[in-house]
Amino acid sequence: MFHSSAKQTAGLRRARGIMVNIGRFVVMLATTYLGLLAVTFFIGRVVPIDPVLAIVGDRAPASVVERVREEMGFNLPLWRQFVLYLQQALTGDFGTSVLTTNPVLEDIVRVFPATLELATVGTLIGAGLGVPLGVIAAVRRGSIADQIVRIVGLIGYSVPIFWLGLLSLLLLYAKLKWVAYPGRLDIAYEYTFTPITGLYLIDAAWTRQWDVLWDAFRHIILPGALLGYFSLAYISRMTRSFMLNELGQEYIVAARAKGLSERRIVWFHALRNAAVPLVTVIALSYAGLLEGSVLTETVFSWPGIGLYITNSLQNADMNAVLGGTIVIGSVFITINMLSDLLYRLLDPRTRAR
Amino acid sequence: MTDPSSPAPSTAPNESWREWLLTAEPRSRNQARLGRAYVTWRRFSENRLAVTGLLIIVALILVAFFADLLAPHSATVGDLAGARLLPPGSPGFLLGTDDQGRDILSRLLVGSRITLAVVALVAIIAAPVGLLIGTVSGFAGGYVDAVLMRITDIFLAFPKLILALAFVAALGPGIENAVIAIALTSWPPYARLARAETLGVRNSDYIAAVHLMGASPTRIVIRHIMPMCLSSLIVRVTLDMAGIILTAAGLGFLGLGAQPPLPEWGTMIASGRRFILDQWWVATMPGIAILIVSLGFNLLGDGLRDALDPRGAGR
Repeated sequence: MFHSSAKQTAGLRRARGIMVNIGRFVVMLATTYLGLLAVTFFIGRVVPIDPVLAIVGDRAPASVVERVREEMGFNLPLWRQFVLYLQQALTGDFGTSVLTTNPVLEDIVRVFPATLELATVGTLIGAGLGVPLGVIAAVRRGSIADQIVRIVGLIGYSVPIFWLGLLSLLLLYAKLKWVAYPGRLDIAYEYTFTPITGLYLIDAAWTRQWDVLWDAFRHIILPGALLGYFSLAYISRMTRSFMLNELGQEYIVAARAKGLSERRIVWFHALRNAAVPLVTVIALSYAGLLEGSVLTETVFSWPGIGLYITNSLQNADMNAVLGGTIVIGSVFITINMLSDLLYRLLDPRTRAR
Repeated sequence: MTDPSSPAPSTAPNESWREWLLTAEPRSRNQARLGRAYVTWRRFSENRLAVTGLLIIVALILVAFFADLLAPHSATVGDLAGARLLPPGSPGFLLGTDDQGRDILSRLLVGSRITLAVVALVAIIAAPVGLLIGTVSGFAGGYVDAVLMRITDIFLAFPKLILALAFVAALGPGIENAVIAIALTSWPPYARLARAETLGVRNSDYIAAVHLMGASPTRIVIRHIMPMCLSSLIVRVTLDMAGIILTAAGLGFLGLGAQPPLPEWGTMIASGRRFILDQWWVATMPGIAILIVSLGFNLLGDGLRDALDPRGAGR
């Protein structure tokens, strides 16, 4: 009797704890999105001296200015404008792009896969190299290998990525002809290839067009490698730090005493425990690449969301800029929060309570 | 470092200074402070990379101050007829010239002022804001804390570069607006850090003692909590400087930061982009300058962190 009731209350308490956690997560996510929309609203409506003049131009007659002001709801009090703005944003209505004359959301849906593909390739390269390098640096702490990894990482932190992109294009495309020119595909394929998902590597492999796959690979490898280097700097540094932390633990001593091989201790026992915070780090760097691709896409004429935003910027197309900001911001926030949640799920120590 | 039982045979005045600095029983507050600073400096100067970083930053500051004296040519007016797109090593133009016939070396030297000003301004705006929000939040607790930290978290979750882009797009391109935009997006980590430090000292005895002596909350926060946050804040700001430089250069590269003819390094890369195939040096030289300076800040920040917080050294 006693036991079962105790178990029940414990179970209840746990269930309630989970509910509270989920509730807190939802509230955090909602307020963060609200904050993002508030900031973009502020940027779009409050920062320009007069948003109506920004649209119709300062030579428009007074009657036109008044009409547009009323049509766009700019005569309403600011909080009503914000509510209207929220309603529009929540239904995915970011207005029309002046540059392409399409609805902004339509444009973004079209260009987003390009950015997603690039950031994914970048993260795969960054994590695929960064984690082993970080582990080696931690195991051989203070050695030449450690120093090299450290300096490679420091340069990755310090180099302007757009500059490195320009120089590598100069060397690898213009001089050595190892990689393809900027863009996603050669012109020959650009019009014959119909994408399905918009991720060209996957589409080409799916439809067994191996020549297209090779061409897409030759185009993505350089910008992908650059973004990969950028995230490698961060991932290898964090891996090293986590691994140093794990290698100092007592269970490592126990494993050594048991006679396990050093390789097994490092790559199986220690890395597995370091993997929990590493997942968060890799997710964060993935989100960072989605954002950081703005400059890379500009250099490599990569038709993703970053290039879309910068092109719109140059043409004073604020709807498109803010729409793009909201989409990237939302993805960024979501990945941030999910990685936090994932961390809690993976690490049993943070689950109790 | 010094073993009191066996004093090393060294020059006498030097040794007594050291003893005075390292004494376990300082007789005045200043002696204690100088002693701590000396120990920190000893730890810092052992790190060769950190000293390299410090030298780079000192050089940057000196160059920025004396740019007018050091620059062999004008940074904004070039010789279009006689010195257009000369390669590096040409007589009189060590790093070559750009499409306007301007000496790249002179432009880089004068441009260091812009880089330094951007970094300093962002630090001067963002660090105090973060410090204030963090300490108030940590000290007040309760609803104030919850609200302030929620706002901080919201800003922390934003993509920085994109937000800075949108800000500059609305405010109009220019170096001042770039500084404002970067500052607006870089204060949240400082607030988080200051709050964590505040929570660490908030319930300690010395705060209780000051409180009993009748100090107001404002005084406690400003005089007794903020100083405790400073060292970790300085480390964090130094480490962020490289990121600030890269963001400012990125904005300049996109045409949203400093406008030509200002010799901002990112803007210079953007204008050199058109000649990259044949006149590679126009875009390459400013990039090297950015790389060196942000590497300097990163090395300095790493070294400072290791020197001020020996627990995490080498991590």
